[in-house]
Amino acid sequence: MIGQYVETLSTYANDIDNLILSIGVLVGFWLILCEVIFFYFIFRFRAKDGQRAKYITGEEATQKRWISYPHLLVLVCDVFIVVFAVKVWYDVKQQLPEPYETVRIVSQQWAWSFVHPGADHELGTADDIKTVDELHIEVGKVYHFKLEARDVLHSFSVPVFRLKQDAVPGRVITGWFEATGTGTYDIQCAEICGIGHGVMAARIVIESAERHAAWVAEQSSITLAAANQP
Amino acid sequence: MAEPIPAEEMHAHDDHHHAEQSFWSKYVFSTDHKMIAMQYMFTGMAMALIGGFMAYAFRMQLAFPGVDVPGYGTVTAADYNALITNHGTIMIFWVAMPVLIAAFGNFLIPLMIGCDDMVFPRVNRLSYQIFLLSAIVLIVSFFVPGGGFGGAWTAYPPLSAKAEYNLTSLGSSFWLVAVALEFIAFLLGGINFVTTVMNARAPGMKMFDIPLVVWMIVVASILFMASVGPLIAGAVMLFMDQNIGTAFFDPDKGGDPILWQHLFWFFGHPEVYVVLLPAMGITAEIMCVFARKKMFAYKTFLYTTFATAVLSFTVWAHHQFIAGIDPRMANIFTVTTLLISIPIAEMCFIYIATLYGGSIRFTTPMLWALAFVAEFMIGGVTGIFLGASGADIYFHDTYFVLAHFHYTFFPIAIIGSFAGFTYWFPKMFGKMMNETLGKIHFWGTVIPFNCIFIPLFFLGGIGQHRRIYNYQHFPELAGPEMQDLRIFATVSLLVMLAFQLVFFYNCFISWRKKEKDAGPNPWKANTLEWTTESPPPHGNWTELPTVYRGPYEYSLPDREEDYFPQNVPS
Repeated sequence: MIGQYVETLSTYANDIDNLILSIGVLVGFWLILCEVIFFYFIFRFRAKDGQRAKYITGEEATQKRWISYPHLLVLVCDVFIVVFAVKVWYDVKQQLPEPYETVRIVSQQWAWSFVHPGADHELGTADDIKTVDELHIEVGKVYHFKLEARDVLHSFSVPVFRLKQDAVPGRVITGWFEATGTGTYDIQCAEICGIGHGVMAARIVIESAERHAAWVAEQSSITLAAANQP
Repeated sequence: MAEPIPAEEMHAHDDHHHAEQSFWSKYVFSTDHKMIAMQYMFTGMAMALIGGFMAYAFRMQLAFPGVDVPGYGTVTAADYNALITNHGTIMIFWVAMPVLIAAFGNFLIPLMIGCDDMVFPRVNRLSYQIFLLSAIVLIVSFFVPGGGFGGAWTAYPPLSAKAEYNLTSLGSSFWLVAVALEFIAFLLGGINFVTTVMNARAPGMKMFDIPLVVWMIVVASILFMASVGPLIAGAVMLFMDQNIGTAFFDPDKGGDPILWQHLFWFFGHPEVYVVLLPAMGITAEIMCVFARKKMFAYKTFLYTTFATAVLSFTVWAHHQFIAGIDPRMANIFTVTTLLISIPIAEMCFIYIATLYGGSIRFTTPMLWALAFVAEFMIGGVTGIFLGASGADIYFHDTYFVLAHFHYTFFPIAIIGSFAGFTYWFPKMFGKMMNETLGKIHFWGTVIPFNCIFIPLFFLGGIGQHRRIYNYQHFPELAGPEMQDLRIFATVSLLVMLAFQLVFFYNCFISWRKKEKDAGPNPWKANTLEWTTESPPPHGNWTELPTVYRGPYEYSLPDREEDYFPQNVPS
């Protein structure tokens, strides 16, 4: 459903779309059923001359089952949705697969800064690559992110990944993603963060292994040159 | 159990029952529940106009970025944030609350349970005065240096706590004080409502003879009083963070910004039901009267209400799934959130079942009541997506959320209020409203409402996130097709706002009519308010009524008339 309009570019994006679709089918069924019966009753029982309304208390068991059976069916649907939702949630948010690399994401009013681990795949070393408003990652690799906020709440949202995570000052929140296709896409700040909230956009650049290696090499030379200057 | 207090004792010191009253004591410092209800009603309507004007200004900016909005001017990013923040705050706290709980509660409770006033008339007056003060403080917050608060109606710190981040040091404090005062006003009102219904019912009115709308307002008041405490404490803490340098929510000094979110939503989610329940009660009254039907399974409806009220305290963190709380908590709150769908679904089933076998008259109030059910069901089912943690990762903070809660709050606050207002207008003023104009206004409101928010569901589904004043900065959201949907929503809003003029015109000409053409019971309804004259005199009845049966005995087979008022002896 959503995949037709927004690309699905992470390993869990399809699971989230399928969950949304399943919920859509279930609640859509109930909604249409209820609305159809509701409007049918409105039409069927409109006032007519000389016809009197029925006197129904709804307190007898034979009458009550008209609401109690549907209510049990709703419960069954709820159980299905809970199980499916929790499973997806567990995969995306609760478990962390082994990472290939870890990136640091720092949000502040009103920009995103990214720290890439560089050629040695380790954060916190001299060859780390720092960028602003542009995150470069390699396709098909598991990334962890360490999400921080400098001032107020922000939210790291990548619609093509179906990923969203608030950034909270004073905390480092770890999450993960694995891209399944290349391209350049939006990173949004999805939590209101002041007057610049509307311009707090960044881009995520998902590259093939060769392109990414080339980018790292090019950036590393700049970083090292800068470091070597007196 | 306290005995019902005799009317003479209650007003032992209020000896102005039949005396001539000055303008001030009649309209401004009145302790009469009907006058206080009108004060709340018209203050709420005035605030709705302000909130609607804000919606107009920011929707214009979204449809036509950078345009000079007629009547407002250019909407800057700061203006935009202040407008959306205060639109939300006003519509919930200064429109839905005063109209649905305070106005209908004050007007209906004494009239429907058969007593002459609230048990604490002066507390009631104080409640309105504090409410009015809170509204003034909120409006003033727009004109202080720095402008109105723009940190969203949820006011998450640190943005709301520090002036260096929100740039509205005065505006954010005024906003907070206004909200806290409003809570105090409704605490006072709630005490009054619960006490009055428990103690001052007419002789013969047992618990299960109380009309549903009164029950709903009582449950809503209890819910409000039980949930608002933590948020008042939170508001005081936030106020001190803003102004005297404490650090309850400041992570740099050991505070925790997420604590505020728990305090806010522990109140904020029950608050949804606080305004929902009275609207459901109003709908139930109207549907029974105009379908000429007994409420289907009255007691079950009531028990589901109690279940909803209890469950509503256990679901708050579904607003915070991705806020940085422990991810395991999301599992628990997914379960509780989906559980609450069961009593709500059951209430909808009961509405539908009530129509079965009816004899439905399509008066204006009935159209509003039916529209409430039809629209609210859409709002209800779309909430399931957001309560399911896995799906909320994507939908959180998108326009899908926005469209969802407008599909609940619009039916509640606008459709529910119009239903109640058009239904009880004859009782309030003794005059009938014009039905043709009423129906024009109905269709002119409900159709554009759907045209506003269905496109927004779609925009949210394709990733449009909230509270952005100009989507041109996001390449994936800047396409012309998406902009067309935004323009469509804005144009629909303009149409809807224009049709509200029909409503005010209708009110005006109906109120101006010389003849009081309503009579005591124009709808042939059973409940007690229809047994006195319209409008009811000070003291409501010359002789207080006695109750012989439940409120929904319509179309009894062995009676000639199809209604059987509660006060008529069998």
